[in-house]
Amino acid sequence: MRLYLAVGCGAAIGSLLRFLSGVIVSGMGLSALWATSFVNVVGSFVIGLFAALTAPDGRLLVGPAGRQFVMGGICGGFTTFSAMSLDTFILLLQGDIPLAVLYLVLVIAFSLVAAWVGHILAMHLNE
Amino acid sequence: MNLEACALVLLGGFFGGISRFFVSGFVGRRIGETFPWGTLIVNVSGAFVIGILAGLARSRGGIFSGEMFRDLVFVGLLGGYTTVSSFCLQTLNLALDGEGLQAALNAILSASLCIAAVGAGFAAAVRLLV
Repeated sequence: MRLYLAVGCGAAIGSLLRFLSGVIVSGMGLSALWATSFVNVVGSFVIGLFAALTAPDGRLLVGPAGRQFVMGGICGGFTTFSAMSLDTFILLLQGDIPLAVLYLVLVIAFSLVAAWVGHILAMHLNE
Repeated sequence: MNLEACALVLLGGFFGGISRFFVSGFVGRRIGETFPWGTLIVNVSGAFVIGILAGLARSRGGIFSGEMFRDLVFVGLLGGYTTVSSFCLQTLNLALDGEGLQAALNAILSASLCIAAVGAGFAAAVRLLV
């Protein structure tokens, strides 16, 4: 029950931060694709960093609820696979197949690399 | 942006996150945690629902294309339900554990099934209403 609340509250905050990122990005005159890319890459970096920092041999001592609040909650709520998939599908529907493929592959690749960079950074901080 | 929109996103995100925790935990306990089926099923099911709703917004409009519905359901509920961060962490962990093939499989399956699920949901919503 405590874990559910931790994830729910974190996801509410993460979702709001994602929404506000979208407002800022559109205020800058950029396409919504940039907002979705930004939240996914940044959220993946943070989860990679935080997971390794709070691992059993990590530097930070955080309990299961705290880990779920940040990882399952804030990072999970901040990032979104559904909006990214819908963006890609709409590009396909518009016939812009190269951009659809480029967008999906790049966002996933950069998100994976970001999680890895976060992990490596945390390993250095743990030493 | 206004306070009402923020409240709708918070509410949707809260229940979306709880639903994700429930579904991924349930799937993990049933099928096992070695391959991240839980997150995969969360993302594919969320993609299917967003496809249906995008199809309804286009073919029927009304409430489905309204701003409040978008903030509560598209941004909050479904955005909070699906996740790229857990997907990345689990893929990274597979790769770091020497399971490169499973990591690649997870990435390819997640991307292709989610796009297919959006398309299937969208087509179902548009067809059923014509």
